Amino acid sequence: MDDLEDIIKEFLVESYENLDQLDHDLLSLEDAPDDRNLLSSVFRTIHTIKGTCGFLAFPILEHVTHVGESLLVKLRDGELRLDATITTALLQMVDAVRKMLSSIANTNTEGEDHYESLVEVLEQLSLGTRMQPAAVAAFSAGRAVPAGHRLQSGSSAEDHGVEATLGDLESMVAGLANDSEAVAVRKKSKTPAAAKSRPVAKTKPAPKVRVESKPKLAQVPKAKGPRKAKVAATKTAVAQIPPAVETVEIALPTVAATAPGVRRVDADGQALPDSNEKNQIGPETTVRLDVALLDRLMNLVGELVLARNQILQYSRTTEDATLIAASQRLNLITSELQEGVMKTRMQPIQNAWAKLPRVVRDLSLQCGKKVQVKMEGAETELDKTILEAIKDPLMHIVRNSVDHGIEPPEIRQAKGKPAEGTLLLRAFHEGGQVIIEIGDDGGGINLERVRQKGLSQGLITPDQAASMSERELMNIILLPGFSTALTVTNVSGRGVGMDVVKTNVEKIGGTLDIFSVFGKGTTLRIKIPLTLAIVPALMVTAGADRYAIPQNNLVELVRLEGDRVLREIEHIHDVPVYRLRGNLLPLLYLDEQLNLRPARKGAKLSPDSVVNIVVLTAEDRRFGLVVDRIDDTQEIVVKPLGPHLKDISIYAGVTIMGDGAVALILDVVGIAKRSGVVSEARERHITPAKTNEAVTGDLKQTLLLLGLGETHQLALPLSSVSRLEEIPLSSVERADGQQVVQYGGQIMPLLHLGDVLNTGSPHLEATMLQVVVYSENGRSVGLVVDRILDIVETTLIIQQAGKRMGVLGSAVIQNRVTDLLDIHNLILSSYGDYFSPPSTTLAV
Amino acid sequence: MSVRQQLCTFFLDDLYFGVEVQKVQEVLRYQEMTRVPLAPPVVRGLINLRGQIVTAIDMRRRLGLPALSADRLPMNVVIRTDDGPVSLLVDEIGDVLEVDEETYDALPETLRGPLRDLIKGAYQLNGRLLLTLDSDRAVNVTAS
Repeated sequence: MDDLEDIIKEFLVESYENLDQLDHDLLSLEDAPDDRNLLSSVFRTIHTIKGTCGFLAFPILEHVTHVGESLLVKLRDGELRLDATITTALLQMVDAVRKMLSSIANTNTEGEDHYESLVEVLEQLSLGTRMQPAAVAAFSAGRAVPAGHRLQSGSSAEDHGVEATLGDLESMVAGLANDSEAVAVRKKSKTPAAAKSRPVAKTKPAPKVRVESKPKLAQVPKAKGPRKAKVAATKTAVAQIPPAVETVEIALPTVAATAPGVRRVDADGQALPDSNEKNQIGPETTVRLDVALLDRLMNLVGELVLARNQILQYSRTTEDATLIAASQRLNLITSELQEGVMKTRMQPIQNAWAKLPRVVRDLSLQCGKKVQVKMEGAETELDKTILEAIKDPLMHIVRNSVDHGIEPPEIRQAKGKPAEGTLLLRAFHEGGQVIIEIGDDGGGINLERVRQKGLSQGLITPDQAASMSERELMNIILLPGFSTALTVTNVSGRGVGMDVVKTNVEKIGGTLDIFSVFGKGTTLRIKIPLTLAIVPALMVTAGADRYAIPQNNLVELVRLEGDRVLREIEHIHDVPVYRLRGNLLPLLYLDEQLNLRPARKGAKLSPDSVVNIVVLTAEDRRFGLVVDRIDDTQEIVVKPLGPHLKDISIYAGVTIMGDGAVALILDVVGIAKRSGVVSEARERHITPAKTNEAVTGDLKQTLLLLGLGETHQLALPLSSVSRLEEIPLSSVERADGQQVVQYGGQIMPLLHLGDVLNTGSPHLEATMLQVVVYSENGRSVGLVVDRILDIVETTLIIQQAGKRMGVLGSAVIQNRVTDLLDIHNLILSSYGDYFSPPSTTLAV
Repeated sequence: MSVRQQLCTFFLDDLYFGVEVQKVQEVLRYQEMTRVPLAPPVVRGLINLRGQIVTAIDMRRRLGLPALSADRLPMNVVIRTDDGPVSLLVDEIGDVLEVDEETYDALPETLRGPLRDLIKGAYQLNGRLLLTLDSDRAVNVTAS
């Protein structure tokens, strides 16, 4: 029975993939109705599903696919030509099949619906009867909802330190290898027709499952009997299938090396442009894996990271050279392992995008618009959990763009635009984050109307409306209840939406921005972290306990000492504020927020106290969190809070520190909401703040001031700095004649600014190097300076243009003449094409 | 034939409790805890149990008993639940006892308060009563 169960499980998984492929192929086919290759591919996919379900005795499914196949035969033989009507009918058939498959997965039956009307439409079409598109559209089969799944698993391993963790990992990795061998062996043992590869099998008329399963079925005695017995056997087998079958495909790098350029066979083959390429991929390049296994592996690596932290912490207190060397090796291996396991969870964003062209097509037909979808960077990878989390927001944004953004063809032509609108999906990596842009060339956002609507819906006051900047007006769109659509359609316009999108994006630590030019189009930009499982965090102490603050909310740290405490922390009634470069920063005391001590109520601070302010951002608002002590930054493993504590909005999770102690992870947005820095979503309103953003047009810039030698002062834009580090001189190594350090798993060259700029500064006899880390294209360079002085915000007036490579010019900042650095060119002058990816040249 | 059941026993104030031994993952001496500000008062803190985060529940507070004197440290009875292990903080750990179903009886109606909700019944042992704790309810803090 197990064999049969496996067959059906495999049938379901493969059929889902085939269906996604079908969606894609049908849409491509609509653009090129005479493409024989595509037609054949579509035909074969349908045929495969039909063949398999007939074999497994799913009569309704077989019937529906059979009618579809008949229609496709006519198309393939050139008797009919594909048009929008036929495409719609075929897509609806795909939906019907999808619905039945999910029914099979959940209830073991094909469901109640017999799809007679769909069958009729398909039959009519294959007879060549002209039908009104509306008639086809009128038939709408409910969409199958893909079985949901949870990746976040609360349980973690009960491991006894590193040893146990390592042991487990070892066996699991060994298990992985066995799996891949098993797969390879299985593939080889198949009949010649299907022996080549999975993708090939997909495109062969003889379906893989069928070939593979014949001998297996023969082992089930009942299967040879009459059809009824077979049905019974199948049904019992189906009963044992878990409701959600999910696997992830992983590329095996070693094998992938033999097939240059092919790194991953995409689940639905969409990453591969044409079918010829598919044939070149060997079956051994991918392994199907259970997501649960990957999650467990991920958890174990998390444990290992913690154990590594503990050992590193201990090794710092010892003189034992062997232990130090061993722990450093452990450190490196753990980092690599962590990165490797993270990669297994990485999936191309294509997986989230795959359904969008279909959505756009359906919608644009419904609205009477013409829209083409373009994708850039579909191979950009991000964590599976995050990928799942952004699917809905993406869908929503795309629907909005088609419904509100892109104009009907007549209007577009009247405006001198091509009748067909363009929806551009872009994804790329930037600074450890993934950026997804959804842009349309539609009507854009009419800010004047936004202003009026905001006023009439009471979201802003007349005073605010008059003084708001463009950027602030844009943000009104993200408020709950806002909609500019003149009419409510069944697609969108009900005013729930963009705020939900924003909330969902923020939930996974992302941000949402809108850029729009009225009449030209709108672009939404989502910025999200690569992963959520292991995050960099700032460790702080309050009331003798340590807390972790995720760094994606962190803006900067301010430390006040001596009489500056008295002078610079001011009180409006009882509320403490700090003037941060011209803006009033509300201050919250962490110990008060946690009810660890009664409120200070504006009590005078003693002059010898030190105030540490952690400047944080939550929903575009900044506030300062005052903590007792700022400890350090660490990579922490986020563990979920138990059910008893889940309701406390102030915590995002827990982690285990290097010394084994438990520390709570603060939820910055939760703190901001609880304290009223940002009000609850429904009452959220925008107060025009004095923004520092460059949008206002003046040249105000935030600069990092650096000191070289005795007197030399340099400045560079803070935005180009990825981190500031103190690196002990002892960890500087040499490679290829350069000074380098190991940094974040990379070898990072060090550039002594004093040498490069010939300021002739003697290297100060310090044991710690002050390093400004600059990153571009995933590569980092450490700029060694003598002093990191300050961060200033200033209107930059370059008074003297630079004559040397790497210096933009000079300006007076804080009453000192300061050289402005052009880091990109500075580094290029020393390292040539360091940042450019291989075989392309960098546009400078 | 009478069904015999094994109970893991522990003491709280002057009361003697038991939980089904199958529910108990392990018993531990006092563990360092991280307090959780703003949490319900019965949650004493979080324990790092070999890499797993375990919530510790103060059973004296849960049952409305007076607090343990400051010089004594509570011990942990770690219970398995659907949401992962939870630790019950108790005064002392007792033996694992095999009890006779025939000696079991329901609680008298005169018993009220939080004890009533969390105790299923009592085994009449020689010289004392062994109260059976409903561990599922005991760890369900949000309901209290």
